Amino acid sequence: MLPVSMTVNGKAVTATVDPRTLLVQYLRDNLRLTGTHVGCDTSQCGACVVHVDGAARKSCTMFAWQAEGAKVTTIEGVANGEKLHPMQEAFREHHGLQCGYCTPGMIMSAIDMVNRKGNDLDDNTIRHELEGNLCRCTGYHNIVKAISAGARAMKG
Amino acid sequence: MSATGIGAAVRRKEDQRFITGKGHYTDDVSRPGQTFAYFVRSPHAHAKLHSIDVKAAAAMPGILAVLTGQDLAGDKIGNLICGWMIHSKDGSPMKMAPHPALAATKVCYVGDPVAVVIAETLAQAKDAAEKIAVDYEVLSAVTDPAKAKSAAQIHDVAPKNTIYEWHLGDSKATDAALAAAKHITRIDLTNNRLVPNAMEPRAALAEYDSGTDSLTLWNTSQNPHVARLVISAFVGMAPEHKLRVIAPDVGGGFGSKIFIYPEEVVCLWAARRVGRPVKWTSDRSEAFLADAHGRDHVTHAEMAFDGDGKITALKVKTIANLGGYMSTFSSSVPTYLYATLLSGQYAIPNIYCEVDAVYTNTVPVDAYRGAGRPEATFVVERLVEVGARELGLDPAELRKRNFIKSFPHQTPVIMAYDAGDYLASLKKAMELADVKGFGRRKRDAARHGKLRGLGYSTYIEACGIAPSQAVGSLGAGVGLWESAEVRVNPTGSVEVLTGCHQHGQGHETTFAQLVSERLGISIDQVSIVHGDTDKVQFGMGTYGSRSGAVGMSAIVKALDKVEAKAKKIAAHVMEAAEGDIEFRDGKFTVAGTDKSMAFGEVALAAYVGHKFPTQEIEPGLKEGAFYDPTNFTFPAGCHICEIEIDQETGETEVVSWTAVDDFGTLINPMIVEGQVHGGIAQGVGQAMIEQTVYDKDGQLLSGSYMDYAMPRAHNFPAFKVDTTETKCPSNPLGIKGCGEAGAIAAPAAVMNAITDALGTEKIEMPATSMAVWRALQTMNRNQVAAE
Ligand code: FES
Ligand code: FES
Repeated sequence: MLPVSMTVNGKAVTATVDPRTLLVQYLRDNLRLTGTHVGCDTSQCGACVVHVDGAARKSCTMFAWQAEGAKVTTIEGVANGEKLHPMQEAFREHHGLQCGYCTPGMIMSAIDMVNRKGNDLDDNTIRHELEGNLCRCTGYHNIVKAISAGARAMKG
Repeated sequence: MSATGIGAAVRRKEDQRFITGKGHYTDDVSRPGQTFAYFVRSPHAHAKLHSIDVKAAAAMPGILAVLTGQDLAGDKIGNLICGWMIHSKDGSPMKMAPHPALAATKVCYVGDPVAVVIAETLAQAKDAAEKIAVDYEVLSAVTDPAKAKSAAQIHDVAPKNTIYEWHLGDSKATDAALAAAKHITRIDLTNNRLVPNAMEPRAALAEYDSGTDSLTLWNTSQNPHVARLVISAFVGMAPEHKLRVIAPDVGGGFGSKIFIYPEEVVCLWAARRVGRPVKWTSDRSEAFLADAHGRDHVTHAEMAFDGDGKITALKVKTIANLGGYMSTFSSSVPTYLYATLLSGQYAIPNIYCEVDAVYTNTVPVDAYRGAGRPEATFVVERLVEVGARELGLDPAELRKRNFIKSFPHQTPVIMAYDAGDYLASLKKAMELADVKGFGRRKRDAARHGKLRGLGYSTYIEACGIAPSQAVGSLGAGVGLWESAEVRVNPTGSVEVLTGCHQHGQGHETTFAQLVSERLGISIDQVSIVHGDTDKVQFGMGTYGSRSGAVGMSAIVKALDKVEAKAKKIAAHVMEAAEGDIEFRDGKFTVAGTDKSMAFGEVALAAYVGHKFPTQEIEPGLKEGAFYDPTNFTFPAGCHICEIEIDQETGETEVVSWTAVDDFGTLINPMIVEGQVHGGIAQGVGQAMIEQTVYDKDGQLLSGSYMDYAMPRAHNFPAFKVDTTETKCPSNPLGIKGCGEAGAIAAPAAVMNAITDALGTEKIEMPATSMAVWRALQTMNRNQVAAE
């Protein structure tokens, strides 16, 4: 067993875990932050994307201990209290989700995309940047619209 | 139309929880003291099971139980069933082989579960599973449906691995029409096998309460009541009233979560045996081996034309692969959901279809988005397109000549189409897609070394599944009505309990829109309750684009009753005659006076009961209804796909997509569009990249996202989506259903476009860039040889 401590959504957390514990398992099972999802076991679907020290990471591809000392943000931590993050609003406004399973990962990837690429994203860029996120429901059309609008809204 | 009523593009109520990470999926549920299940699965496609040694595994740390098929049989847990009886041509019933939840004497596909380990942690369960020794005697396997009849027999009950040899239509008349034809178009098609891949893997959590001797199952189900019925009445797990099934938020289904699977049965059984909750969550690689697959047809078809390009006959022979066992509704998919749609949008006087369903050593095959109807559309729309090319006719023109133009229209294959305007959707789609400008775009593409092609798909589907009487006469073991209960609270807010289940469709919004429209209250005043057998009266679940047409019709019936009773109450309170009460925009008014009561006031009156004689009117305001449709619904439309192929590399890109669909009344156009987008993506995925590959020994080579290509955002252009409208005459709202259209229409549109660009019909789905490149090379070689 291994001690780990990190900051998750602004709160300091400590635990002792099996060294095999993935970050996503730690978030879901230990911290009960079940908004982060698991959609595959080959690191290809992006349902598990969180931010580690400000950058998007697939939380199924790292062990909990690898986030030692890091600042982790999950979907539960992106809103400002009651006020939704502009990207969350954009997904609702543009019907960028159906079953909602891919959505947390999509939103976390989208915010990261804007952080890296700026607020004016053309559709082609968005589609290629979504390489690591799978959605089986929406056909991506409205996800692209949502990200484009969310990116612009994040400017304000 | 009220702001949140029928036809408004209301933003979805359910989204708040999903965008904030507060969704509540099965794997998010944890129970005190829960344990974890891990399944040991057969690594062989076909083998006798001689013995399983679990001793070493059982002695590992944290292990509570290691259970096998022998234990299951010892506890008299029954087999899984297929609920739709199909009879062969000769009248004999389909050959349903026993399907135990854990194999006891033989295994029939790679992934067939043979044992389960229950442990304190999942890691412990997995470690122990490695210590289980299974003695298999490997037998030869078959995966190709076309070879199944001559392969080693899989089940004792099914000689030649044949489940049924079924047919529909008039064989003699069809042969005669073919003999008299001016032209016959012949085609051989493979409808490729697909893995559904809802993004949420299946999961089950079972808990036993010894105090009440009852079981609770949380699972990823599209139809929890049907699951409870089957697990209770057929598997014999527990009486229905001692089994509660809860399907909370479900992350996509596409058919794959309709079926009753071994894992949920085993979790329930194990939970009772170990006396603690048992949880199983599939991982993705396991899902490839454990979730029912879709499609997998091999078809030869012939279409006869007269001298005017009119279709005079269609003859189809299909071999359908149902996999290693018959899944819950598998038998109905290649029969009554397939051959009954072979008339397409066309007036075809003679149709005959034969379907042989076979066992193979592959994962069971069952309904996947569209279920049978995509396969039918693919046959018809490929034939029409190829026919047009052979006859030298414009494919749109050939379609127009053959469209059904008057309704109702009885096809030769059971269905009676009730309404439609196929010309309208074709015309609108051609305008939106700028078909006129296609020649110019093709020349432009050629200048850049690209081949450009255009393909149509004018599809039809039968949805609103389904009139109980009709499906009963065709072999269904259940009726396919739907139920609703409308509970008005004393403060005027409303709960609607529905037997439908949402897993992405947005019922919490659209069903609330209906209530808003009818009762004149805001959708915020309405909650939709579903997915829990303890809360909701019996229901049939969600699939076959049925929730609008059937589920909402049941709500309409219940609302009618609520309104009728509320009028009575209003009449008493306002001391008026019941016949003088009018209800509009949420207000009960006494005709010709200024006396009125708001809906909420009547609701309160109903519960306090101070002002009306409870001998004549019972207190309370709650009504239920069951709605059984009188016919299927027939959504139809036209999809047009344009693709570009790089002549050097074969790289193939969908460059434009236009969809014009007739779904009847739209409750929420935003949600409808989303459903169409998703369907198109799955259909394009099937046509261009998704491929399930077994090797000759029955190993699944495409068993993860490393090997099975899933559609991603860059595979698509933005879609142009529009609608036309003819109301469905058989239900009160005029709804037809929209959930499957895209997946039904898309494959034919893509393949018609690709073959148009290539100038050859010799390419099968999935037409990957590699397959296209090969087709180009073959054509080049043939050309060189000819020169
Ligand atoms: S669960 Fe992490 S990428 Fe799929
Ligand atoms: S919304 Fe269902 S997987 Fe994306």
